[in-house]
Amino acid sequence: MEPQDDTASLAPRSEAPPPAPDGGLPLATRRGFLQCMAWAGTGVVWTIAGGVLSSRSLAATGGAPGGFSFVQISDTHIGFDKEPNPDPVATLHEALARVNALDPAPALLIHTGDLTHAQKAGAFDTVAEILRQARVGERFFVPGEHDVFADGGKEFLARFGAGTQGDGWRSFDWNGVHFVGLVNVLGFKTDGLGGLGAEQIEWLAKDVAPLSASTPIVVYTHIPLWPVYAEWGWTTSDAPQALAALKRFGSVTVLNGHIHQVLQKVEGNVRFHTARSTAFPQPAPGTAPGPGPLKVPADQVRALLGVREVRYVQGAGPLAVIDETLG
Amino acid sequence: MESPIGCDGRGGARGVAAASRRWLRLALVSAAVALLASAGGGRRSVAAALVPRMAEVRIEEFRFAPATLEVQAGTTVRWVNHDEEIHAVAFVDGEAVSPALDTDAAFSRRFDTPGTYAYRCAIHPHMAGTIVVR
Repeated sequence: MEPQDDTASLAPRSEAPPPAPDGGLPLATRRGFLQCMAWAGTGVVWTIAGGVLSSRSLAATGGAPGGFSFVQISDTHIGFDKEPNPDPVATLHEALARVNALDPAPALLIHTGDLTHAQKAGAFDTVAEILRQARVGERFFVPGEHDVFADGGKEFLARFGAGTQGDGWRSFDWNGVHFVGLVNVLGFKTDGLGGLGAEQIEWLAKDVAPLSASTPIVVYTHIPLWPVYAEWGWTTSDAPQALAALKRFGSVTVLNGHIHQVLQKVEGNVRFHTARSTAFPQPAPGTAPGPGPLKVPADQVRALLGVREVRYVQGAGPLAVIDETLG
Repeated sequence: MESPIGCDGRGGARGVAAASRRWLRLALVSAAVALLASAGGGRRSVAAALVPRMAEVRIEEFRFAPATLEVQAGTTVRWVNHDEEIHAVAFVDGEAVSPALDTDAAFSRRFDTPGTYAYRCAIHPHMAGTIVVR
């Protein structure tokens, strides 16, 4: 992961811009390009086109006054043992190596769920042990459905829930950014979609009420908060109520996992980003009979796995979201 | 006698072989009972009541097939996972959640009371099915 100080490589390396699945804004818009250029001006290049970002010139960004960076990893699925990646422990180690190579070191590591594959015995231990080696200030976790289906989240909360409320949601402030971790994998028995529940939404509204509208908000959760593909359950049914509480804020960044691929969408002041898995890719929405692991040749799988770095520069507008693959 | 809720076989050929043996035994018992039944008309209803009723739902390509299954009260329904992905059967009424079912693993529940039983995959809740017990 040699950072390339090279604005000529603005174009995504390998992927065409994905379509907006719900018929919303196309993802590579002129506006997106302008945002991209704005970041180039500050030394950070942000592609909105959902591709791999190869261009980085970031030396000063993380160290800028009031600035910091954090990483998102997702869907580590420890316990998964099939094609296309029978060894997700190895790819998690590779992801960790990329995190630990970042300079300056990220302040936080956020895991957006599915730490384990179906809560296999010992999997939580393995994830915790590996991520203890991350050179970051703090680690935060939200569960995916794989982490809670067997026991309603008991073990997850016992291990990672210190300081959380309800089913594991929490908020905290970091250098002027307000972070909110939401849990949307425990309320979907009736409609098959992600669900936050009235109690959590009410808590969220109260949590952000005292903040000024200029406070940058970062929401992290497992299942997308926008309708990526309801047929596969890739959305959260009561997300609109939650997002209503965030409407007045000038900068809202929503990070999630669950769908094992990068998709992005801008809606008003809200920027939605789904993340890659560190374990296995999944098909693009609707392109397969079901959302099972995408079978790709072994030498190609790392190009579809990855980690994400997010950089915040005070007063610089949207946060820079930088997706990097393992291969 | 099989308990109302049980999980047999956590995957692999052993589970499948055991399952096949079980089905063979069932088939033999059924054939024997059918013979008995045909031997004396008066005993037919008694014989019918003795036949263990089984039905199967396949889990395949992130779907339950059939999605809606009608059975008679007393039937044991068996879900068999033919996907390479793990699934789990969870009833919406909260009565039962299967363990994680890896490839070829199965889960059974006996339905003694007429009614409609909705369920989902606990891991992929967009997968839904219904058992209608008559």
